Amino acid sequence: MNTKAAGYNYAYLDEQTKRMIRRAILKAVAIPGYQVPFGSREMPMPYGWGTGGVQVTAALIGPLDVLKVIDQGADDTTNAVSIRKFFAAVAEVATTTATERATIVQTRHRIPETPLREGQILVLQVPIPEPLRWLEPREAETRKMHALEEYGAMHVSLYEDLARHGRIAKTYDYPVLVEGRYLMRPSPIPKFDNPKLDRSPALMLFGAGRERRIYALPPHTRVESLAFEDHPFEVETWEARCRLCGAEDSYLDEVIVDDAGGRMFVCSDTDYCNRRQAAQGKPNPEMLGGKA
Amino acid sequence: MSVAERTGPQPLLRVRGMSKRYGRRIGCADVDFDLYPGEVIGVVGESGSGKTTLLNCLSAQLEPSAGSLVYDTRERGPVAVFDLSEAERRRLLRTDWGLVRQNPREGLRMSVSAGANVGERLMAVGARNYGQIRGTAEHWLAQLEIAADRIDDRPGTFSGGMQQRLQIARNLVTRPRLVFMDEPTGGLDVSVQARLLDLLRRLVGDLDLACVLVTHDLGVVRLLAHRLLVMQQGHVVEQGLTDQVLDDPQHPYTQMLVSSILPV
Ligand SMILES: Nc1ncnc2c1ncn2[C@@H]1O[C@H](COP(=O)(O)OP(=O)(O)OP(=O)(O)O)[C@@H](O)[C@H]1O
Ligand SMILES: [Mg+2]
Repeated sequence: MNTKAAGYNYAYLDEQTKRMIRRAILKAVAIPGYQVPFGSREMPMPYGWGTGGVQVTAALIGPLDVLKVIDQGADDTTNAVSIRKFFAAVAEVATTTATERATIVQTRHRIPETPLREGQILVLQVPIPEPLRWLEPREAETRKMHALEEYGAMHVSLYEDLARHGRIAKTYDYPVLVEGRYLMRPSPIPKFDNPKLDRSPALMLFGAGRERRIYALPPHTRVESLAFEDHPFEVETWEARCRLCGAEDSYLDEVIVDDAGGRMFVCSDTDYCNRRQAAQGKPNPEMLGGKA
Repeated sequence: MSVAERTGPQPLLRVRGMSKRYGRRIGCADVDFDLYPGEVIGVVGESGSGKTTLLNCLSAQLEPSAGSLVYDTRERGPVAVFDLSEAERRRLLRTDWGLVRQNPREGLRMSVSAGANVGERLMAVGARNYGQIRGTAEHWLAQLEIAADRIDDRPGTFSGGMQQRLQIARNLVTRPRLVFMDEPTGGLDVSVQARLLDLLRRLVGDLDLACVLVTHDLGVVRLLAHRLLVMQQGHVVEQGLTDQVLDDPQHPYTQMLVSSILPV
C-alpha cells in the first residue's frame, strides 16, 4: 500500500495502537456511558482539533468506508476539511458531505439533522469527558461516585440554574443518564441534539484525546437528559425558520449577513440545508450554505 | 434473652474497644460507650486528647485500628458499620446521619445557593421535584432562623453564625437520627455561640436527635449534653451524667479540667 511507502501505517496509527483503541471501544460499547481509559497517542494535529475522535476513527476505518467530517454542523470549516483530507490521504477512503451516504461521521459540536441509521457510526470529539468534574476535581473520587451512582449533586447544578434564572440555563454539553446507570457528558453538542442520542439506531462513540477516555452509546441505548418533574427537559426553539431552506425543524445559527449588521437565521447543518435547497430547485446550493 | 431486655430501648450506637493509632502514636484507645436514641453525648478533653480522632472513627470517616461499631439501622436493625459496603456507609452518612464540621466552609458547597445546599441531600436520595425541594429547603432554613429571602444567596455572603446554621440545616433535611458535631460553636463570637446553642438545644429536643458532640468548651456540654466522656491522651478517663461529672469530678484530670476552665 502506498501509505506504507510514505512511512506510516494504514490510517496513520500502528496496528498495535489500533488494537488497543479497539479494545477500549469494545469495553465502552459493553458498558454504555462508562468512560474507558485508553493510551491516547500523539496525532499530527493539536488536541483542540479532536485528536480523541481522530484516534477512534483511525482505529475503525477501512478502505470501504465513506467518511463525513463536520465541525459545528459544517463540512467546510478548516477543522473539518483538515480531518477529512487527513483520512483521505492516510486511509484512502472516500469522503462525502451527505449524511446518509457516510458510514462514519466524525463530528464536533453537532449531530446531523438527517436521522442516522443502523450500521452508521457517529464519532464525537470530546474536550472534557467527566460530568462530575465541576463538583469534584479528584479523579479517584469521581470514579467512586460513578461506581456508587452518587449523582444527586448533578441535580444541584440544575436546581441552581432554576433558582437563579428561572430555567435550566445549560444549553450545550447537557448531562444525560445512560440506560438509567451512568452519568455522561454528550460533548458540547447543543441540548437540541440530546434527543438524537436516545435510542439511536447508529453506534455513537466519544473520544477524548487529552483526557484519554473513550465512551459509547451502542445502538438503541436509552439516554435521558437530566431534569426535574416540574421542569422537564426542553430543547431550544426559534421564532424564525432557516432563511435559506425554510426548515423549521433544524438547529439554527444566527449569522451576520452585511456590513450594516443585518442578521438572519440559517441551518447549522450545511449538508441538510444545501440538499433541502437543491430539492426546492434553488440554484447553486454550495454557494449559499455554510457559515460566515 | 428476657422479654424485658428485648423490648427495652436498644442503643442507637454501640461502641466497643474503639482504637486508632497513627503509626506508634495513639489517636484514641479502647473507647466503650452506648448512645441511645435522642441522647446527646459530649466528648471533652484538651487539645490533642483524641476527640476528633474518635469522632471520625465513629462517623466512619476514618478506619479504626481496632474496635467495633454497631449502628441500629432503620431497615435492618443493628449492623456492624465497618462490615457495610462503602456504598452503604456513604449512604448512611448522607441520610440517617449528619456531620457538622467546625469550619462550615468544609461542610458547605460554597459555590451554590443556600437552597441548593439544603436541597442536596434530598436530591442525592432521589428527590426530583424542584418545587418540593425548594419548599423543604425553606422549611429547614426557617427552622434554623435563616430569613426566607436568603434562600438564593451563596453561603459566602452569610456571617459565620449563619453559615454554621446553614450547615446544620443541610444535615437535618433528611431527618437524620444521629448527628456528629466537631466544635460546632468553635469559631464563633460568644453572643453568636449562645444563640446557636439555644437553637441546637431546641432542635435536638424537638427532633429527638442523638448527637456526639466534640468540644473543649465545658459550657457547651453543660447546656447540651446528657452525658460526658472525658478524654486524656486518647483514653476515656471518666464518663457519666454531665452534671455529675462537672459538679463532682472523680478523676484528677477531670478535676483539673473543671477547675481550670470555668463552666459558664
Ligand atoms: N492524621 C494524623 N496523623 C498523625 N497523628 C495524628 C493525626 N491526626 C491526629 N493525630 C494525633 O492524634 C492525637 C489526637 O488528635 P486529635 O486531632 O484527635 O485531638 P483533638 O482532641 O481533636 O484535638 P483538638 O482539640 O486540638 O482538635 C494527637 O496526638 C494528634 O497529634
Ligand atoms: Mg479536634
